Amino acid sequence: MKNNIRLLRGELGMTQAQLAQALEVSRQTINAIEKEKFDPSLPLAFKAARLFNLAIEDIFEYEHVE
Amino acid sequence: MKQTDTSSNGWQASNTHNKRRVSAWVAAWVVSMAMAAFGPRFLWDFNTALTVISVLINLALGAGMIMANIRQVKGMDEMQQKIFLDASAVTLGVGLIAGCSYELLEDIKLIGFQPEISHLILLMCLTFALSLIVGNRRYQ
Repeated sequence: MKNNIRLLRGELGMTQAQLAQALEVSRQTINAIEKEKFDPSLPLAFKAARLFNLAIEDIFEYEHVE
Repeated sequence: MKQTDTSSNGWQASNTHNKRRVSAWVAAWVVSMAMAAFGPRFLWDFNTALTVISVLINLALGAGMIMANIRQVKGMDEMQQKIFLDASAVTLGVGLIAGCSYELLEDIKLIGFQPEISHLILLMCLTFALSLIVGNRRYQ
């Protein structure tokens, strides 16, 4: 799943550690999400959307794999 | 929503606290195991009542250790939980397969010594540790 967490985090001037603290996850998890190695759960995606004041589909983009 | 043991210091502090709690329970369990193993021979000359009490204490501390571990896992974030779950699955599989085969080796006379449970526990610990390392590297 593609996402633009890194971009949004940069716009807010937050570090990975600060975003991790705000979302109550580890910094490693934020790093893995930004690198698109780990897909967050729906509750975490909602939490991120609420933090950035955006809709989930504005942050995450599902890639259909044939 | 995921259940987490959060405090006023936040998720990280709660996570650290849970880890320390597990460490304390593990240390207590190991000491009680040593007492149950060596106490009868070296401390109370196989007094049955004291031996039973030491085993019961060991089991009770073991139960506490399991509960602390469950609480710690529940307090992890979702990626950490996935890494832990994957490592647990690999360890369970390796433990089951290796345990059965190890026992079989003695039954069919391919090894000349009695299989020891400690060998299996060591293998499971190493498997779990290695699986955690691999899991963490996968998401780096």
